[in-house]
Amino acid sequence: MIPPRFEYFAPSSIDEAVQILDRFGGEAKVLAGGQSLLPVMKLRLAEPRALVDINRIPDLAHIREDAKSLRIGATTRTNDLNDSELIHARYPILSDAAYEIADPLVRNMGTVGGNVSHGDPANDLPACMLALGAHFVVRSPTGTRTIPAKEFYQDTFVTALESNELLLEIEIPKARSGQGNAYVKLEKRIGDFPIVGVAANLVLTTKGTIESAGLALTAVGPTALKATEAERHLVGKAPEEAAFQRAAELAQEITSPVSDLRGPAEYKRAMVRVLALRALHRASARAHGGA
Amino acid sequence: MVLAEMPSAGDEETGPFVNVHVTVNGAPRSATVETRTLLVHFLRENLSLTGTHIGCDTTNCGACTILLDGKAVKSCTILAVQADGREVRTVEGLETDGKLHPIQEGFIEEHGLQCGFCTPGMMMCSVALLQKNPHPTEEQIRRAISGNLCRCTGYVNIVKAIQHAANQMAGPSGGGRP
Repeated sequence: MIPPRFEYFAPSSIDEAVQILDRFGGEAKVLAGGQSLLPVMKLRLAEPRALVDINRIPDLAHIREDAKSLRIGATTRTNDLNDSELIHARYPILSDAAYEIADPLVRNMGTVGGNVSHGDPANDLPACMLALGAHFVVRSPTGTRTIPAKEFYQDTFVTALESNELLLEIEIPKARSGQGNAYVKLEKRIGDFPIVGVAANLVLTTKGTIESAGLALTAVGPTALKATEAERHLVGKAPEEAAFQRAAELAQEITSPVSDLRGPAEYKRAMVRVLALRALHRASARAHGGA
Repeated sequence: MVLAEMPSAGDEETGPFVNVHVTVNGAPRSATVETRTLLVHFLRENLSLTGTHIGCDTTNCGACTILLDGKAVKSCTILAVQADGREVRTVEGLETDGKLHPIQEGFIEEHGLQCGFCTPGMMMCSVALLQKNPHPTEEQIRRAISGNLCRCTGYVNIVKAIQHAANQMAGPSGGGRP
């Protein structure tokens, strides 16, 4: 299968890239790793008039930590999360997810920016970003704005990103002491989409109670879902089975999985509870200094 | 890169075109192709390097695996123009001066193939693994080739072939060859 014809642009600057996107008014698509875009173009599910290849723009691929944030550039490859000591040591939720996205070859091309901005509810990183309270830095011809992850995902393949906006960077609140997180995913085989995924992020007070909690779900709704009620329930509680059980049930309540080749809806809903418990326990263990 | 003139002006069925320059197995190669040309077609049809296979064409099977700047990727899901200015290594680049690469020796010695369709992709994936991790565990090998499907062997002999190559490359005669 060969994709439909398109005009190809390889801008060397962010400004040039957003000018081209603006000129095509929604008929251009950004090409980052292409691991989702090229397959949908081959299937004629997308037929953009133009592709804007952002891989020639300098400094869009980076992982760095500053005083307030972890910053991940849009064209950072998914495998770069796996290869980063910083990510393994301080943001293990991201290496958990990156280790199981698609397969190792796809992860060498596929980008973090593409995974979070594609809008596919079965992508793994959106739930991680919701649980971590990430923000997305985006540029249009008129300027730069920052979109919270929780406002970004609007519907299946529909995000807050305008057609003339380019995702530049993901900002994640800097890891603190007492913080632990994990991503747990159920999949039939490597390379398949997840049946269910759950992202959990806990910050504990010095007394050991939960100061803040992030919990988000993959592949069980029209978008990645932030389990706000479950998060609220966890705050102030001890990080123990009772609180986690209730949070997992609250998380189940917001799901609307569909029956498909990966399993019936009821099975998926049951797995949300199981995986939420596992993710919360693992996050708690890591917050206590475990692996 | 420079957008190229359409070779047949007015032809509605083709274009737009682009010039692509890629270093393939150490040699500079170039061609004028449609922007939508996939890297695997560029290699097979423009450069006649048919060792890179097309299997599923849907990013699943890994028969089209090549190295792009040293990393194993699926060339059916990359545009040729994305490789512009970069280095590609294909299965044809494994043998040097008439001597097989240790991974090729490994697949022969351990009977790592039956029909052979997946083999070029398997070997390129393995070469990337051994460059990054010269002493992989069996688990690491199985993880590394998890994006490459084989429908004949059950993978047992493929894993042995990769272990054979790792041992050869680590040994005194292997000489740390990439």
